[in-house]
Amino acid sequence: MTEHYQTARHFLRERERWRWPEALPWLAIVAAFFIVPDYLALGTQIVIAIIFALSLDLILGYAGIITLGHAAYFGAGAYATGMLSAHLGWGEPISAMLFGGIIGGLAGFISGWVLLRYHGLTLLMLTLTTAILMQETANAAEEWTGGFDGLVGISIWPLLGTFDYDLWGKTYYCFAVVVLLVCFLVARTIVHSAFGRSLVGIKGNVERMHGVGTPVHGRLVTIYTISAAMAGVAGGLFAESNAYVTLDVLSFSRSGVVLIMLVLGGTGRLYGAFVGTAVYMTLEDELAKLSPEFWEFGIGLLLVVVVLFFRRGLLGALEDLRVRRS
Amino acid sequence: MGQVANAAIVILFDGVAYGMLLFIMSVGLSITMGLMGFVNLAHGGFAMAGGYVLVSLMVGLGVPFIAALVLAAVFVAVLSIPFERYLYRRLYEADELDHVLLSIGLVLMATAAITFIYGPSAVSITVPDYLNGQVDLGFGTFPAYRTFTIGVGGLLILGLWYGFEGTIIGAKIRAAVDNRRMAQSIGINVDRLFVIAFALGSGLAALGGGLAIEIIGMEPTFALTYLVFFLIVVAVGGLGSIRGAFVAALLLGLIDTAGKYLWPDGGAFFIYAVTITILLIRPLGLFGRA
Amino acid sequence: MTVALETVGLGKSFGALQVTRDVHLSLAAGDRHALIGPNGAGKTTLVNLMSGALAPDQGQVLLAGRDITTLSQARRVKQGLARTYQINQLFADLSVLENVVISLSERAGAGWNPWRRSSANSAVIDEAVVILAQLDLQDHALSLVRELPYGRQRLVEIAMTLAQRPSVMLLDEPAAGVPSAESHIILDVIAALPDHIAVLIIEHDMDIVFRFATTITVLVAGAILAQGSPADIANDEQVQAVYLGDGGDV
Ligand SMILES: Nc1ncnc2c1ncn2[C@@H]1O[C@H](COP(=O)(O)OP(=O)(O)OP(=O)(O)O)[C@@H](O)[C@H]1O
Ligand SMILES: [Mg+2]
Repeated sequence: MTEHYQTARHFLRERERWRWPEALPWLAIVAAFFIVPDYLALGTQIVIAIIFALSLDLILGYAGIITLGHAAYFGAGAYATGMLSAHLGWGEPISAMLFGGIIGGLAGFISGWVLLRYHGLTLLMLTLTTAILMQETANAAEEWTGGFDGLVGISIWPLLGTFDYDLWGKTYYCFAVVVLLVCFLVARTIVHSAFGRSLVGIKGNVERMHGVGTPVHGRLVTIYTISAAMAGVAGGLFAESNAYVTLDVLSFSRSGVVLIMLVLGGTGRLYGAFVGTAVYMTLEDELAKLSPEFWEFGIGLLLVVVVLFFRRGLLGALEDLRVRRS
Repeated sequence: MGQVANAAIVILFDGVAYGMLLFIMSVGLSITMGLMGFVNLAHGGFAMAGGYVLVSLMVGLGVPFIAALVLAAVFVAVLSIPFERYLYRRLYEADELDHVLLSIGLVLMATAAITFIYGPSAVSITVPDYLNGQVDLGFGTFPAYRTFTIGVGGLLILGLWYGFEGTIIGAKIRAAVDNRRMAQSIGINVDRLFVIAFALGSGLAALGGGLAIEIIGMEPTFALTYLVFFLIVVAVGGLGSIRGAFVAALLLGLIDTAGKYLWPDGGAFFIYAVTITILLIRPLGLFGRA
Repeated sequence: MTVALETVGLGKSFGALQVTRDVHLSLAAGDRHALIGPNGAGKTTLVNLMSGALAPDQGQVLLAGRDITTLSQARRVKQGLARTYQINQLFADLSVLENVVISLSERAGAGWNPWRRSSANSAVIDEAVVILAQLDLQDHALSLVRELPYGRQRLVEIAMTLAQRPSVMLLDEPAAGVPSAESHIILDVIAALPDHIAVLIIEHDMDIVFRFATTITVLVAGAILAQGSPADIANDEQVQAVYLGDGGDV
């Protein structure tokens, strides 16, 4: 009996153990700071996009919620942070970013409460139209959001009262990386908790989860809210690092791109967000300069190939390769 | 007073013409989504292809408008068959996410390819004289081209109605939309049905794309820009329902036209608000069935 | 004897098809009750109505005397009403162990906690090991459910339900699809269920029904045709006419 207990416990622990490859993305992030200091502005945007993609992984990769409107919460956070500074004159970066997270989370809670009772195409359409509706609202509420011209007048104070925004974007890179680390640790803790495993259960078989007494709707709304808050934090960071917010933060294409980046890296594995985002944005930066059409065609083709042949993303493909080798 | 009435008539007429156009472009999507359950975000790509093929035929080869319209539709219908056979078919059993991703990939490729070939700016055609200017319909004069579009839409509805209610193949498609497994078990060749429906849907989209050039314009972003509208028509109307697609398209055309006319800054707001409300109350759409 | 589960005038239609008609059924604590009836009689639907997977059009469901008709399925499970599915509803891509752990975590109320590692809950792991041993699944604990022979999967199905420590268990054809050479394992498990649990079992094999049940309810076209002890049912002419006429095994 105790022997079986030990085996079972060991088996369950194995999944959540830290493995050495997990150090690689973090090493790369630190190395980038020293090796390519000229690219830290791009680096900051990549890190922000990773946070955003990570938030999507929580609901898509773990809970199986398919959404075409995740930009709604990124945008809510960006506008919240931006407006806090532009209209109320509050520019303390950490609290302003957290405010973005709170507003994103609030938007996620309210919309999630209503929408997560629906499934399939209906849910897809509802997430899509909700995000567009928010974009149209931001467009119409010109006095507050700057409408089509964008929100200007965002001015962010030095970080911790000391580190000012520098030309090379070092401050924001470091800030964004710390935020990413915190978000990642939160996400990693969640997915290995009983709560996180219940989400995997819901994704795997909702029927059964009802049958073991899971309040499914409540669980989904909870993770949706957490995810939206994380997206809001990413949006807040985005607003601070650019000191400018446009309607684009709420756009369908932003919802679509984050989905593509996550799928490219691999869903339901946290690090997929890192790999997919880094690959996508680096390629975009290089190729779009050469020829935007070539880049667009390439990413479309890549997506088709990934869906047809590497459904588990780049990380999944790597894993398969390793398994086949051994 | 007269001005208000005039404005109302203009909105009504433009709205109906726009609605008809949306119907022509989306009805195929409704049929294929109802039949195969495939969330095809690339449907607008076929409409766009129709528009550009029409431009090539008219500008490049001097084919007259009407003939070019028909040819473009047929060409795109045939062109769509390998897509169904070699790409879409592989994912019928997969979930919506895979459908979405595959078709987004296709839209991106289509957009890039069209930009590469035709350039990024909008294209135009010269429509024949009889479609320019106004026509007198007895109860008022209206723009000839929009009248023509409404006419085509009307004919199409009659044609589809006859095709689905009056022919064997239509009955088979209806049966397969209702219950695919049952249809299969009574010996209907569902695979072939899928090809036919897909080609038909793409051809209709292409026809709509050709008609759209003069009304809403045609540029490489067309497929992405109108993607949401096509999906709304299908979802609000109810999957697989031609009547639903018609009603939803007209509703969308009217609301959008009225909204833009009456409240230019926030007009689009209405459409999405109405769409969300309808879907919350009727998740399967106005005419959808479980 | 106290009534564990009772339905009062339960009715349900799918469109024009009336699948459940005025069903009054009651299960005493510790009962061994078989629900039989031809294919399509509405047995699974009845279980769905009792468990809360479906809402009835008419009537009530009472659990230990309390009206639970409007409660969600999850609430009913928390109050001791658990069921198995005619078609396996398992997490095919997870290990057997983890299937049971998910069910147990839920019962232990851990499912809401996003901060604590699920593997740190030793009480849950402990109980999972016990349950797996009880169903003779300990050697399969680490295999994926998908890789298990079908008969074993049916046992996991029961394990998921046992993990809820129910006072009433609804078993929808627990041995369906299992080769007869293996079905005795499942039946032994069911026969060994603790006495205090009230069990409703849907089963087509009459040998099993008559061996296991103390009460039998015959459902035909959504309505109860007959109810009584196995002896009563075996001698009921109506039942024989419509149901047992062709040799027993339907
Ligand atoms: N969700 C549903 N929608 C429509 N009809 C349904 C639904 N569920 C069941 N039915 C129909 O209700 C009737 C009863 O089905 P049910 O599954 O309850 O029968 P059953 O007695 O369990 O049959 P079996 O012995 O084959 O398991 C069948 O005719 C079935 O087709
Ligand atoms: Mg059944």
